[in-house]
Amino acid sequence: MRGSNFTRRGILAAGALAAGLAFSPVAQAEDETIKVGILHSLSGTMAISETTLKDVMLMLIEEQNKKGGLLGKQLEAVVVDPASDWPLFAERARELLEVNEVAAVFGCWTSVSRKAVLPVFEELNGLLFYPVQYEGEESQRNVFYTGAAPNQQAIPAVEYLMNEEGVERWVLAGTDYVYPQTTNRILEAFLKSHGVADEDIMINYTPFGHSDWQTIVADIAAFGSAGKKTAVVSTINGDANVPFYRELGNQGISAEDIPVVAFSVGEEELAGLDTGPLVGHLAAWNYFMSVDTPENAEFIETWHAFIGDESRVTNDPMEAHYIGFNMWVKAVEAAGTTDPDAVIDAIVGVEVPNLTGGMSTMLANHHITKPVLIGEIQGDGQFDVVWETDDLVEGEAWSQFIPESAVLIADWTDPINCGNFNTETETCGGSEAN
Amino acid sequence: MQFIARPVLLAFMVLLVALFPARAQSVEELVNQLPEGGFSDRSAIIAQLAATGDTRLVPVLEALGAGELNVVAETGQVVFVRPAGGNVAITDALTGEDAGEVASGAVERIRVNNSVRRAVRTAIGQLTLLSPNANVRLSAARAMFQAADPDNLPLLDEAIAAEENASVLPVMQQAWAIAILRTDASPADYAEAVDIIAARGDRHALGILNAALANAPDEVRPTIESGISAIQSHLRLLDVGQNVWYGISLGSVLLLAAIGLAITFGVMGVINMAHGEMVMIGAYTTFMVQNIIRASAPELFDLSLAFALPAAFLVTALIGIGIERGVIRWLYGRPLETLLATWGLSLIIQQAVRSIFGASNREVGNPSWMSGAFDFYGILITWNRFWIVLFALAVFATLLFVLKRTSLGLQMRAVTQNRRMASSMGIRTPWVDAMTFGLGSGIAGLAGVALSQIDNVSPNLGQGYIIDSFMVVVFGGVGNLWGTLVGAMTLGIVNKFLEPYTGAVLAKIAVLVVVILFIQKRPRGLFALKGRAVEA
Repeated sequence: MRGSNFTRRGILAAGALAAGLAFSPVAQAEDETIKVGILHSLSGTMAISETTLKDVMLMLIEEQNKKGGLLGKQLEAVVVDPASDWPLFAERARELLEVNEVAAVFGCWTSVSRKAVLPVFEELNGLLFYPVQYEGEESQRNVFYTGAAPNQQAIPAVEYLMNEEGVERWVLAGTDYVYPQTTNRILEAFLKSHGVADEDIMINYTPFGHSDWQTIVADIAAFGSAGKKTAVVSTINGDANVPFYRELGNQGISAEDIPVVAFSVGEEELAGLDTGPLVGHLAAWNYFMSVDTPENAEFIETWHAFIGDESRVTNDPMEAHYIGFNMWVKAVEAAGTTDPDAVIDAIVGVEVPNLTGGMSTMLANHHITKPVLIGEIQGDGQFDVVWETDDLVEGEAWSQFIPESAVLIADWTDPINCGNFNTETETCGGSEAN
Repeated sequence: MQFIARPVLLAFMVLLVALFPARAQSVEELVNQLPEGGFSDRSAIIAQLAATGDTRLVPVLEALGAGELNVVAETGQVVFVRPAGGNVAITDALTGEDAGEVASGAVERIRVNNSVRRAVRTAIGQLTLLSPNANVRLSAARAMFQAADPDNLPLLDEAIAAEENASVLPVMQQAWAIAILRTDASPADYAEAVDIIAARGDRHALGILNAALANAPDEVRPTIESGISAIQSHLRLLDVGQNVWYGISLGSVLLLAAIGLAITFGVMGVINMAHGEMVMIGAYTTFMVQNIIRASAPELFDLSLAFALPAAFLVTALIGIGIERGVIRWLYGRPLETLLATWGLSLIIQQAVRSIFGASNREVGNPSWMSGAFDFYGILITWNRFWIVLFALAVFATLLFVLKRTSLGLQMRAVTQNRRMASSMGIRTPWVDAMTFGLGSGIAGLAGVALSQIDNVSPNLGQGYIIDSFMVVVFGGVGNLWGTLVGAMTLGIVNKFLEPYTGAVLAKIAVLVVVILFIQKRPRGLFALKGRAVEA
């Protein structure tokens, strides 16, 4: 039964790969097309997450072309493979902007890959739409952050646990790199500002792809048996999650006793896992596949038709690309050109529907407004929304909970036009300070 | 309007219940209120249901906790559902009466969250604490212990008085003790409760006693403090045992990953960078076998690993022989080229698997006998790790037997020690090479079956183990199986003893540094081969 799916997907993947290698135009009949760059790893460790984003971009571009393209021209996807290799991201980005002259780039997953391409986009004045939740503390003129900033994911999730579950003791567990470290720094400051004592916070880092969780899970269980309600805030990334949750299940730690709220575990990650023992553990995102809106139903239907596999799931970064792509389209239409400077000016304030029934707006700090949803893992690998914010939350580039960044704001409109404007000294830190 | 009316109504109902407990709402009415309101309303109704003491509620609450209780949208009837063709057949949740069939869209799941699940757990505990079945009473007592609610004390007193089962009674007493510690009980009760908790002797007990110390009456403070110090010294001992076990378990994973390499690299001297990919293919074979079993004979699922082991061995051994015949045999004696060629092969295999199976993780299920954990004198041992340790040792023993007691093993050792002499004695050395490489790869496949139980099954599976495997083989001594065993266990245990002090990241770095320094001192590893083989 699954065999046919594999072959079909195999052919599809091979086809996509061939398209990527040959940079073959999607619509050759057009004399002139608008090129859109897709910078996602199709091989290496990050392929597990990023391949889907490449597919969703191809789908969005195909759908836009069905609607007549953009400014009367057809869109053409240019797919490159940075192969999960951070320096290669910068090279491929340069290639997209200089050789292929793309109008905009949609791509990157890890923060380190984004940091690697920043100078390229600044130097060549390109546009990057970055679809993944990240640690904040950054705002660049050429980058649009369509994923969640910490105040759109981490802080509301912790507030939920504090208020609804009465959690008093916190384990901040993460993979050892920039996103978990910065997020945990913000969370630690946030928790302390809410009167949580030092001894009630345990911070733990593990290497990428960590698979032996026995000691750490036992430590968490020990930390959680101090008589106060304990929760784990997990910024554990990618592949390390499956063995982590397995160990939790095997050591008998249930969500009723020590819930784990994760910021990097979505529908896609749960696909490789029997979620039976995990029911009740939480994730905070701005979108879940189970959200019941007409927009989402249509999106899922289009996705299944495009990918040719009814069992494929949708997730939060896919929605971020959906929002980002539609914002770019709207901004280009408003500006009447794909010129980056004109688009950067036109895109602030652009409003497009998101998939959870609201309208997301591009803010002057190049972040967007999003709802925050807390979902509980269900036995079928989906999330059941147990809590959501009343309104959309505005993305904050600079966290108020870190002293150095509390005074900074980002505003890419006149007269400030700066990514790290110090409101005390009223000066712009400039790009070096990023 | 509805939104205002509901809380008012609910408050009114709660008031009614409080005023006229005798004429409280019937169980039926309460059950039918379950779908209404938010999560906190639901928890409140569950608490009222538990107070009725009606044991018919147990299956209803169990289904609710599992998220399997439904409500018919039109009538508001709370029902169990099971699929019947395109529709669903519904039965009344409380009475079990057949209520016909409705379209699957007409029923809605009653949503629960963690706090509702906790309320359900406590309620089931309260309802079943006096059950005639000892196992049911035991889990009820555990639920009472977790709830730690002084409101349950009268019920617990009743249950303890009636309890005769020696394994249930202590748990009930612990539940009683933890609840007592949260009240202003008499010092005598308090002291008894402290004794009961201290006798538990685990980390949980330590936490409870520490919390109790804060508001304990002065006369029992010394008792609590001595209880705490007794537990602490006991735990320190346990920690050592726990770390040794974790180390053995990590070591057995390293051993499994490295032992195939000990054959191809250790015995044959081939630097096989595609070794990790053999492990990965073994894991994917497990996935395929489980898929076939799920589709054709789901009742055999618990035995799926028994089918996966030979399948994985055969698949990877054949691929290994193919690699040896196709690539490596042209490169003997040229280690640098072998390294590059096998590295290239590993990338090709990874991308091929990614194209065929997709980039995302594949779900490999744990058979029931590999899930959960058991308690061994206070050390928590998970079943999957336990079986993997045994499996690793079994593979090691089998391999040792093959090398020392079979003619293939004899020929292998002969070829390794002196190829030309072996050849002139009539041994077909190319055939032995292929078989040896096939054996090493096949064992990597076996490791893949085991690793699929604890790690991701993704195209990157092998990459995570290749460095560790080389480290183990080089540390243990090239060409010596015993060295691989001792090396793997040493590295595992050292790693696990360092981890609590340094964290996982630094522990890994520290182990690498130690191995590098060790190799500087003893370039041939722990168990160096002596004699002519070294020069060959």
